[in-house]
Amino acid sequence: MEYVLNVLTLAGINLMVVLGLGLLTGYTGLFSFGHAGFMLIGAYTSAYLTYMWGVPFPLALLLAGLAAGIVSLGLGRITLKLRGDYFLIATLGFGESVRLIFDNIDIEPINGARGFSGIDKNSNFVSVWIVCIIGIFVLSRLIRSRFGRNFKAIREEELASSTIGIDVFRTKMLSLFVSAVYAGIGGSLFAHYMTFIKPINFALVKSTELTIMAIIGGLGSISGAVIGALLLTTLPEVLRFISDWRLVIYGATVVILIIARPKGIAGGREFKDFSWVKKLCSYLPFAAAKAVPAGVADEPKTREEGRKDG
Amino acid sequence: MNQFLQQLINGVSIGSIYALMAVGYSLVYSIMNFSNFAHGGVIMLSAYIGYYAVTLLGLSFLPALLVTALAATAIAGIIERLAYRPLRQRNAPTLYFIISAMGMSILLENLVIATIGPQFKTYPILFQETTINLGNLSVSKLDILMLIISAISLILLVLFLNKTRAGLAVRAATYNARASQLMGVNVDGIIFLVFALGGALAGIAGVFFGMKYTVYAQAGVITNKAFIAAVFGGLGSLPGAILGSILLGVIETFVAAAKSQFRDLIAFVILIAVLVIRPSGIMGKSSEDKA
Repeated sequence: MEYVLNVLTLAGINLMVVLGLGLLTGYTGLFSFGHAGFMLIGAYTSAYLTYMWGVPFPLALLLAGLAAGIVSLGLGRITLKLRGDYFLIATLGFGESVRLIFDNIDIEPINGARGFSGIDKNSNFVSVWIVCIIGIFVLSRLIRSRFGRNFKAIREEELASSTIGIDVFRTKMLSLFVSAVYAGIGGSLFAHYMTFIKPINFALVKSTELTIMAIIGGLGSISGAVIGALLLTTLPEVLRFISDWRLVIYGATVVILIIARPKGIAGGREFKDFSWVKKLCSYLPFAAAKAVPAGVADEPKTREEGRKDG
Repeated sequence: MNQFLQQLINGVSIGSIYALMAVGYSLVYSIMNFSNFAHGGVIMLSAYIGYYAVTLLGLSFLPALLVTALAATAIAGIIERLAYRPLRQRNAPTLYFIISAMGMSILLENLVIATIGPQFKTYPILFQETTINLGNLSVSKLDILMLIISAISLILLVLFLNKTRAGLAVRAATYNARASQLMGVNVDGIIFLVFALGGALAGIAGVFFGMKYTVYAQAGVITNKAFIAAVFGGLGSLPGAILGSILLGVIETFVAAAKSQFRDLIAFVILIAVLVIRPSGIMGKSSEDKA
């Protein structure tokens, strides 16, 4: 049971970062292979604040997100003008540079490549998932706001969006900022869950893994992010009995899914049909009156539906 | 001065291995506009194939190199057919190719760990690694041989692209794949050919890489640098990839001589600097977005 909780906690931590990536990639159309760098910044920030100055964890968590966000503003300023695939390469370079820089910071308690140990254990299954649920809520509000529509407009047609008065650069910057804040918070949760972090935890492989989760789950929907994070965090664990071969199967799964089901598992849809919850609730005598309203959200249209309308 | 020349030769020799690898990234990018991260996996596999060709089959240096190049050509071709062709037929967006490539490279890396194991392997000494003295300089034979064979392979590649009919078709397809298809070029076949060419060079690079360092499954550090070299020179440009690789090799060697921890960092710093100052690289075509 403890093992299952452990896997689910790690899935929650990944989910936090994948939510941010979902905004950046699924809603704004920018791809990043450097979000492990933001995770690293968040992780080290909150670890340092709690370790050195005894900052309370919830505050450190927020500051970790903020630190990653501030760094993303600098990165965005110099890279967001780049065309699609060059932005991706720039984020890849950013992520690896951050890791290599931390590898070389050889002061107490960071200790370069040897790692930062003795971090307070502040996050667990419950706190991670509470943060995730808040994260999902905030993100779904953001996506339904005016900003959310701007993100999608840019994803669909950058030039057209700028002609109707959307400030493309600032909107992209906002998207990058929010996704970096999510990654920073995810990193902080990770640091305070593992209590020992090393720069190599946040290598390019981690960034790739996160982007793969976002894509396999399905871009352009929050449900997709949840499915991707849960599925791809648990898949290697479920396959653990075949030890060395599990990552071979993981790699093969990624290739097969991208070929066979490129829109991801959720395929841009949200799972918002909660009528089964309602039905279930109606069986309970006391809860019948306040059943969960079906389709809580008038979720934004998916890419295809939006096109048909336009 | 001697020290300087010595480092320069080391740098150029490392740069020549990068060049063999970077050309593979650049060739694929020029025709398909995506960064083929599975190329690193092919290089890593080649290092192993070369190792077993020497130890198990008992081949000497040149036959082993040839066998590895052939095997790598086949592997690169198979990867193209399995991981990219289905996407190509559907006109999938570039990112799907990159994801497929990432999945493929995870697969290859772990296939090696699962079957051969994560231990390091060291090539046996194939020829007396004595150094040759050029005036006051001493250069290892391996470095010189690497430089010569890399140069010959690259010259052959350039001749192939510029002098043969198939080479003409490749160049036409990089210029405009759709138009050349309409002119009767078999673009599907050309893409296969491009992967095969990249694979052959990756095979040679893999053997050199294994001989100069050691053979291990996580070769990503080296192959990522080759990718950076390709970006540095200008993705999609062949001369750019070669020039970028040599420059990166030299810069890296000098930085490592000054402060060895910064050896890996400098490559990524160059990458970001290039992307900020001139994303099209040294010799790449302008990457302005034609709206």
